[in-house]
Amino acid sequence: MITKRIIPCLDVRNGRVVKGVNFDGIRDVSSPVEKADYYSRNGADELVFYDITASNEDRKIFTNVLAETAERVFIPLTVGGGIRSIDDFDRVLKCGADKVSVNSGAIADPSLIGKAAKKYGNQCVVISADVKRVDGAFRVFAKGGRENTGLEAISWIKRCVSLGAGEVVLNSIDTDGVKNGFDLEMLAAVTAEVNVPVIASGGAGKIEDFITLFRALPRVDAGLAASIFHFGEVEIRDLKKRMAEEGIPTRV
Amino acid sequence: MIAIVDYGVGNLFSLRSSLAAIGVDAIVTGEKSEIKKADRIILPGVGAFSAAVRKLKETGLFDCVKEEAIQGKPLLGICLGMQMLFEKSFEGGESEGLGLLKGEVRPISDVIPKEYKVPHIGWNALTFCKDSPLFRYIKEGDYVYFVHSYFASHAEESVTATAFYGAPLTASVGLGNIFGCQFHPEKSGEVGLRILRAFAEIKGGRSE
Repeated sequence: MITKRIIPCLDVRNGRVVKGVNFDGIRDVSSPVEKADYYSRNGADELVFYDITASNEDRKIFTNVLAETAERVFIPLTVGGGIRSIDDFDRVLKCGADKVSVNSGAIADPSLIGKAAKKYGNQCVVISADVKRVDGAFRVFAKGGRENTGLEAISWIKRCVSLGAGEVVLNSIDTDGVKNGFDLEMLAAVTAEVNVPVIASGGAGKIEDFITLFRALPRVDAGLAASIFHFGEVEIRDLKKRMAEEGIPTRV
Repeated sequence: MIAIVDYGVGNLFSLRSSLAAIGVDAIVTGEKSEIKKADRIILPGVGAFSAAVRKLKETGLFDCVKEEAIQGKPLLGICLGMQMLFEKSFEGGESEGLGLLKGEVRPISDVIPKEYKVPHIGWNALTFCKDSPLFRYIKEGDYVYFVHSYFASHAEESVTATAFYGAPLTASVGLGNIFGCQFHPEKSGEVGLRILRAFAEIKGGRSE
C-alpha cells in the first residue's frame, strides 16, 4: 500500500530558508542543508526546495545549496522557482533534484511541460499551480501569486497533465498562511479531474488539518507545508505517528 | 570499487552521493575498461526502455555489462536498470533487454485496478518472497521509494520482494550474482542506504 506523503517545503532565498505569510512578509529561518537533513531524519517523505531568489547570482547560491543537500539527504527532492527552460531543468537536475516543478514558466510557455516530459520523463515534471477564488471561480495566479492570469484552474491543470506533467502541487492562495486547514473544496475539484498524484499545499496549521485532509479526500497523495514545520509547531514524527494511529497509510 | 554505468541517461548524482555516504568506493563511468576492473556494477536508468537500451548499445556497454554479469560479477540494476536485466519490454513497442533474467516488462496498468494512479509513485512497503543478500540489513515491511509505470512480469524465477499497489508488483529481484531493485535505494532514506551497503558486501561468483 502506498503511503500518504508528508512534504516540508523550504523556500530558499540567498541561501537561507525563509517563510512568508500570504506570499510576503518574509522571515529568515535557517540553513536549508541543516533543515533538509533534520527533516529527512525525522520522517519527511520528500522535500521541496523553492528558489525565491531573483538574480542569476543568487541562483548560483541556490544550486550550491541544492547540491550540498543532495549529497547528504537521500529522499526525493523536488525543485521549483524560476524554472523557465530546459536549461533550467538541466541545471537543477545536475545538482541532485529528482523532480522539477514549473509554475509561471509553464504559464508563459506551456510547451515547456511537453519538452521536459519527453526529455526527462513525466515523473520528473511537476505542475505547481497557485490558485485563488475570483468571483466564485478558481483562477491561476502567476509570479508568486501576484498576477491573475485569468486561466481557469481546473482546465489549466488538466491541460498540463495532458501535456505530460506527472504530478500536481495545488497551492491555495486563499488558505496559504492562514493555518486553518487545507482548501478541501479546491482540492476535491482538482482530484476529481486528474489521475496523477496531487499534493495539497496551503493552510496546514496543526496535525488535525492533515488528518482531515487525508480522511476527507482519499485521492490526495501528499500534504505540503512550510512554516509549521520550520517553527516546530508540528513535528513530522508526531504527525506521522498520529496518521498511522488514525489508519492513514503512513511510512513510520 | 563499484562501477556506476554512465550511458547518458538519468541522474547519477544521488547514487554516487549515497554510496559516498556509506563509505563505498564508486566510480561513474562509461569506459569498458573501468567496468571490467570494478568488483561490482550498478546499472541505473530512468526514462523509456527502448531509448535506454539503444543508448547502452550505442556506447558499446550493452555487451560489456552482459559479459561481466555472465562471468559472475555482482550486478545491481536500479529502476529502469532492473527492467533492462529482463528479456524484453513492451514499453514503446517491443524491445529486447539484456536477457540475464527470465521475464518481461509490462505496463502496471495491465494488472492494477483502473482507479489506481499511474505512475506508481511514492513510498511502499516490501513483502519478501525469498531471501536475498540485499535484505541483510533491512526487514520485511520496510518502506522504499518507487517511481515507475512498468514492472517486471513473469519474473517468478528471480523475484525476491513485491510491493502491493492494487496488485503485487515486482520490487526486487535476485538470481545468483544478478540483482535488481524497481525502487530507488538512493532515494529510500536509511533503508535504501542499507540495501546499497548489502550489495557492496556481496561477493562475486567468478572463480579466481
